[in-house]
Amino acid sequence: MMEPQNMQDPASPSGEIELVVFCSGEQSFSLDIRHVREIRGQSAVTPLPHAPEEVLGVMNLRGAVIPVFDLSSCFGLGPTVPDQRNVIMIAMNDARTIGLLVQSVSEIVSIPHSSIQDAPTVVGGPGQSHISGLVQLAEGMSRVIDLPDLIQRRIPVPA
Amino acid sequence: MTGPDSFRSLFFEEAEDLLGTLSDEVARLKGGDRDSEIVHSIFRAVHSIKGGAGAFALDRLVGFAHRFETVLDAVRSDQLPLTAELLRIVERSVDHLSVLVEAARNDRDTDTTLTDAAVAVLNGCLDAIGQDKAPADVLQPEAAPAFTFTPLALNLDPIEVEPTRTVTIRFRPYPGLYDNGHEPTLLIAHLAELGTLQTELDLSALPDWSSPDITEPAFAWVIRMATNAKREAIEEIFEFVAGLCDLSIEEEHDIPAMPDLPSPSPMSQDESTPATAPFVMTETTPASATDGLGPRPTLRVDLDRIERLFNAVGELIINQSMIAQRVDDLQMHHDTDMSSHVESYRLLARDIQEAVMAIRAQPVKPLFQRMSRIVREAAEGTGKQAQLVMLGESTEVDKTVVERLADPLTHMVRNSVDHGLESPERRLAAGKDPVGTIWLSAAHRSGSVIITIRDDGAGLDREKVLRVAVTKGLVPAGTELSEAEIDNLIFQPGFSTASATSLLSGRGVGLDVVRTAVQALGGRVNITSRPGKGTEFTITLPLTLAVLDGMLISVGGTSMIVPIAAVLETIRPLPGDVEQIGPDERLLSIRGRYVPIIDLAETLGFPRAEADDPAMLLLLVETEARGTCALLVDRVHDQRQVVIKGLEGNYGQVTGVSAATVLGDGQIALILDPDGIAAQSHPIPSQTSGQRVAALP
Repeated sequence: MMEPQNMQDPASPSGEIELVVFCSGEQSFSLDIRHVREIRGQSAVTPLPHAPEEVLGVMNLRGAVIPVFDLSSCFGLGPTVPDQRNVIMIAMNDARTIGLLVQSVSEIVSIPHSSIQDAPTVVGGPGQSHISGLVQLAEGMSRVIDLPDLIQRRIPVPA
Repeated sequence: MTGPDSFRSLFFEEAEDLLGTLSDEVARLKGGDRDSEIVHSIFRAVHSIKGGAGAFALDRLVGFAHRFETVLDAVRSDQLPLTAELLRIVERSVDHLSVLVEAARNDRDTDTTLTDAAVAVLNGCLDAIGQDKAPADVLQPEAAPAFTFTPLALNLDPIEVEPTRTVTIRFRPYPGLYDNGHEPTLLIAHLAELGTLQTELDLSALPDWSSPDITEPAFAWVIRMATNAKREAIEEIFEFVAGLCDLSIEEEHDIPAMPDLPSPSPMSQDESTPATAPFVMTETTPASATDGLGPRPTLRVDLDRIERLFNAVGELIINQSMIAQRVDDLQMHHDTDMSSHVESYRLLARDIQEAVMAIRAQPVKPLFQRMSRIVREAAEGTGKQAQLVMLGESTEVDKTVVERLADPLTHMVRNSVDHGLESPERRLAAGKDPVGTIWLSAAHRSGSVIITIRDDGAGLDREKVLRVAVTKGLVPAGTELSEAEIDNLIFQPGFSTASATSLLSGRGVGLDVVRTAVQALGGRVNITSRPGKGTEFTITLPLTLAVLDGMLISVGGTSMIVPIAAVLETIRPLPGDVEQIGPDERLLSIRGRYVPIIDLAETLGFPRAEADDPAMLLLLVETEARGTCALLVDRVHDQRQVVIKGLEGNYGQVTGVSAATVLGDGQIALILDPDGIAAQSHPIPSQTSGQRVAALP
């Protein structure tokens, strides 16, 4: 594998960061583009027994078996409503690859790293975790996803 | 990867190879071959080990190797005659050298008294020449026809001198053979000039007579030949049809047969599975060709790289079946180019798969060689006399299998010496050779590897086995068991016949551990025994751990794979065969037994497909947790080979699922773990299962 080693290292504070902006559960989210390997149309997923609600199952990514999460469920926003525009974002952190079902992808923005604000401590349920910061975009506020945290919390610890 | 550690592991890898060479060469000496090059080769191997060990400051190893080397040097410079006694010392020294290497590798200490004793023995040899240089010495008068090491030793061809042996020739002509005007009968007639033949015509490839196009030759022959002729002479007969036929020539070593045992030597069963015969041939021909040619040039490759190649080939196979399925769906006319291209693609993909699997495959020889040391040690420890005969040691098995087989095999070989063979006195009294024999053989048979451990000892004492089993509460007293059932009792946990506990195998580790280890590799182990004749253990293992024979089923609208090895049978029970027990437990009555029915959809948390279909479809599986269980499934589709994909890499472990695979349509199917399912369906109160069930929508 030839993935960059320093994937989760934040860019230097002065530097630009590219974010993939998308919509899930009618809310705007964004993810550092360096985590995103590709975006695919929604394809069939094989359900896993006794999986929690947000785990849709596993899919075949060129021979690798990867789990697919419903991002909306991960944030406690209920299951994603099936739609033509639904896509699966293939995201990667360290050696783990996962698929994230999102409602629709809107754009890729390049913003200065300094414009990401720390997420305020809000009282809230599962929605509060997995967020590393907030960013103000033209359409409104977008939540920047903390992918390592999401993977860590959502994947059962391997025995 | 670099640094002192990698050099160190490189040294141990090389030492392992060198020890293998040492065993080989000593075996040649023991076989009567006195080529002076053998002693040189032994000397060089010991010297290399010493040199390497010196670089890592493995002092004890260096010290011993040095002493050993000095003795060998005396032998190669003709100062010490290679008597039978000295040969025995050399053999022991090689054993001790392996013990030291192993200890150094694991950073363990060894018993210094052993090393001291071994050094003392070697010193004894040197003293002998120190005191008087005459070749006839005190060590062993028996081998007095002293040996002079002429480089042109006359005794170069021990095979020639051996008595009649059996050669099995498998011969399957291709169309080209007939096209070129060759005639199989003439070839067989030629063979007949070299020995007595027993010819069998294999008609298994014969197509149905109603089939419109019979273009492929369907005949094949299995010729068993009692002969003295050299292999070359036999090969010469087939020289002109080389490449026009599948040909394998197997030489069966001269083994005293054990005619009463129901299962004959593995090789002779090959014709019962003609479909895989070509595969067996390709395996055996190059393997036997390498025998005696010494080591071939090899390349050490990082395992990760092979793993990557392996994965890619798995993809290729899946991709191929996807394309084939697509082309099939298009329902194109049969003789279009497309379908022939798809067919060549399929063959090519299989070829690549086999080639890649061959990379991971390793001969069992090093494993077997280790066993000869175990036999010697075990014989010494029990005061018995034993020899090990290895057969088919060039048979290749997946690397992981070889590694994980070492412990169970060691245990079984020890067991055979300790419990299988009788003492020399008892053997003599029974009219047997006082030296007991253990046969260790490996062979490929229909996609599996068969390893057998056989002894010519007393066989199982069934009365005693049953008595012990009753005493230990494994079976109720007064139970009537068949002979095979009694034999299999020895695999029960907690069983050990060690009424007089011996140091060797009576150390609390029973054969149940062996069975568990073999099962973990996807294999099984069986026993056959004949009173007074001996006992034979047969281990059957899959060729590789990367593919699995599975049964494709569907449950709750989802396709899944059940490992064939776990499936006993499929049943459509009559309504009267199913009994309701309690609110949601049902039992299946089958041949007078009741087995629990597990609703697979419910256990997995999937929606039930049809509400209580009267025509239930059940899969009888064997589980460790609950014995035989019947899994309720919606449909059984077919059997197929699937490439195993781990779930752990990107997700985690899922109870009841061992792995996943990709089907021909690109969909993922989960591979069920019947044991996990059985355990889950009867949840033993544990935190995880409780939570999981509660989390269900």
